[in-house]
Amino acid sequence: MLQIDLWKRVLIWSLCALGLLLALPNGFYTRVETHNDASASIEAGFSGNGLEEQAAMWPSYLPSSLVNLGLDLRGGAHLLAEVKVEDVYETRMKGLWPEVRNLLRDNRATVGSIRQQPSAPDELRVKISKPEAIAEAATLVRGLAQPVVSLTGAGTSDILVSTDADMIVITLSDAERLATDERTVQQALEIIRRRIDEVGTREPTIQRQGADRILIQVPGIGSASELKEIIGTTAQLTFNPVVGRASDPDAPAGAGNEIVPSLDEEGVYYIIESAFVVSGEELTDAQPSFDQNGRPAVSFRFNPSGARKFGDYTADNIGSPFAIVLDDEVVSAPVIQSHIPGGSGIITGNFSVEESTNLAVLLRAGALPAGLEFLEERTIGPELGQDSIEAGRIACIVAFAAVLVFMFLSYGTFGIFANIALIINVGLIFGLLSLVGATLTLPGIAGIVLTIGMAVDANVLVFERIREEIKTGKGAARAIDLGYEKALSAIFDANITTFITAVILFAMGSGPVRGFAITLGLGILTSVFTAIYVTRLIVIMWYERRRPKTLEV
Amino acid sequence: MRLRLVPKETKWDFFSKSSLSLGFSGLMILLSVVFFFVQGLNFGIDFRGGTTIRTESAQTVVVGDYRAAIETLNLGDVSITEVFDPTFADDQNVTMIRIQAQEGQEAVTADVVDQVEAALRSVAPDISFVSVESVGPKVSGELIQTAVIAIILAIAAVLVYIWLRFEWQFAAGAVAALVHDVILTVGVFSIVQIRFDLAIIAALLTIVGYSLNDTVVVFDRVRENLRKYKKLALKDVLNLSINETLSRTVMTSVTTLLALLALFVLGGDVIRGFVFAMIWGVIVGTYSSVFVASAVLLKLGVKRDWSKPDANAGNQYANIDA
Repeated sequence: MLQIDLWKRVLIWSLCALGLLLALPNGFYTRVETHNDASASIEAGFSGNGLEEQAAMWPSYLPSSLVNLGLDLRGGAHLLAEVKVEDVYETRMKGLWPEVRNLLRDNRATVGSIRQQPSAPDELRVKISKPEAIAEAATLVRGLAQPVVSLTGAGTSDILVSTDADMIVITLSDAERLATDERTVQQALEIIRRRIDEVGTREPTIQRQGADRILIQVPGIGSASELKEIIGTTAQLTFNPVVGRASDPDAPAGAGNEIVPSLDEEGVYYIIESAFVVSGEELTDAQPSFDQNGRPAVSFRFNPSGARKFGDYTADNIGSPFAIVLDDEVVSAPVIQSHIPGGSGIITGNFSVEESTNLAVLLRAGALPAGLEFLEERTIGPELGQDSIEAGRIACIVAFAAVLVFMFLSYGTFGIFANIALIINVGLIFGLLSLVGATLTLPGIAGIVLTIGMAVDANVLVFERIREEIKTGKGAARAIDLGYEKALSAIFDANITTFITAVILFAMGSGPVRGFAITLGLGILTSVFTAIYVTRLIVIMWYERRRPKTLEV
Repeated sequence: MRLRLVPKETKWDFFSKSSLSLGFSGLMILLSVVFFFVQGLNFGIDFRGGTTIRTESAQTVVVGDYRAAIETLNLGDVSITEVFDPTFADDQNVTMIRIQAQEGQEAVTADVVDQVEAALRSVAPDISFVSVESVGPKVSGELIQTAVIAIILAIAAVLVYIWLRFEWQFAAGAVAALVHDVILTVGVFSIVQIRFDLAIIAALLTIVGYSLNDTVVVFDRVRENLRKYKKLALKDVLNLSINETLSRTVMTSVTTLLALLALFVLGGDVIRGFVFAMIWGVIVGTYSSVFVASAVLLKLGVKRDWSKPDANAGNQYANIDA
């Protein structure tokens, strides 16, 4: 009959208390946020500036997780970028050319002279002057192939070598392309994350979507274009041999060379070899520093393989200039003074201290391996977000009050029980949202309001059932008992079906839809819990105390 | 004195005019489909690409001036609408500007947005751009596809669930009601030309969930009464079940509508379309659980031989105690 074990009562109340405790920080949003930021700074080793005071604004023994506010509520920028994975094929082909050239040069006796031919960006065409030796040349080039490093591509080699009359055509194999794409996107993701972290904004979302897309959401940033600047669409660093200088962007560069402008000297262009010596990918560290004349500079260090390439090149080319190229602009083109063996060096130029710091950050974060194309851009101003929060809050309060009054008018004492459960329910939703670190969006608020409306449904089902049982002449205790028992299957079926749609929304949706699905789904869980455990417990506790002979429901 | 929306005891016959109500539903569906194909939906940029800019200015907005300023840029189809909302301050003049996706551009360019912003500043110097959203045509195509798949998946999942918990006739009735609700909601969006964006898909799926909630509660009672009154005609069992659950159906609809109305009036214009869809859905969903789902169930008939104990049906949750 109407009995609940003590341990169950304790468990139910503790769960409610725990949920409300977890929800508590959201009631003091700004204060807790200041506390969290200050604590994070202190942990990172900073002190002073009133940080300790700010950290003391919220007692550390209380939970301090907050519901994250989505972009539509806080304002910020959202970008969906597609990584142009094909860019990497081109880089690979450029990197392959010196190797092919050296190999064939060593076999000049059989293949004759060699020349790179213009081709599609993802292939390399090499013409040899002795067409009869084409098969041999192709075999030689095939020797450069490496096995593909990936699970699915095991056993295949990375390049495909074919012949076309007197030309050798080299392309990446399909397996290698897949493996490269995967690496490229991972790398781009990591680099974007590091760059955004360097700027230090709060709670950015950087996620991979599908095969080659990256979703970036940064709250509190001014605009999407600002965000794009931080990410830097194509910050690629290379070190290339310099062929000559020119004053005209259309000057003939010659095969295998290209012409790029100088970063800070107006009207100065450099002719450089397209094949680079080392690229920024092989940098392990970059720091702002000063050169021997006390001017701002950036010091850098290569990884071992980069250091070896750099060392070999500088040893062979003392006295000739080489260019440090960033985003197709020459940052500087110093003359190699001596062999640089240790793999570390310094970039000088007409930098200000700030510029050298930025360049160091950029280099440290690494260059993006490929360009990005932006498919979706959204900027939401903080004022709009503030307006939405304000409107949403008022709507929630009014909705809440209306439902409370309506329930009381309809069910009297039992209505009050349902109302207590409803208040606990909303508290639990916020507690759960904070616990899982979910993001609250504007549709999410709508989800909560909808849950407020629907959460009473389970209680209504039970109360209506109790009314029916009373009508058939059952006693008070029996009516309550049967009411709960018989309403249970309807409650379960009804909520499971709604939960199914919430799960599908979550799985298929993105952004705002997902935010809605989370609050709806969590709302269903908490409302079922409060209806069949909390209200029931309250009703039973009330019954035990009053022992009414008849029920007024 | 208790507030009672439904008399204590009702014995209304919901199927005396079932051909009339089914005919009415059929007519509404037909109307929705016609409007959908003739007038189409007012798709937001989520689904057809393009850019929307929300502006705010203290000066009174003259849409013509805005239009004249933007037209010089040759951006193709541009729509400018002024937004009014009771939650706005007096000097808060808001417009929504929508620019179509630019020919031959997959990615969104910042140039277009910059040009538009500069042009508008020349008309209203204090203008601010509180939100700027751009979606490329590539993504928007995929979004439509995902949305349609999501709705179909949701309906299919529900079909399977009800089939397992009840009988196939119940599932057919519930799904007929769902399809009815979704079509009518899409239809109303086509008729009043409210912007149809990604959030509306969420609303549609919620309507699916809500309508189902209602239908399942009625069906649950039908199943119970079918076992209780083995000799009663199906029509009477359905009527009895609907009457018994009527008070609950109305109570839940009213509380949900109360909450949604608060959001509709006070929640701001950004989510008004979304809330409108839900309000409409709650009304249509409540109607359809009685007049479509149950009517279809009545037409299909149902297995009445409960002599064999059915392990799957009924109160598998009944012995969960608290």
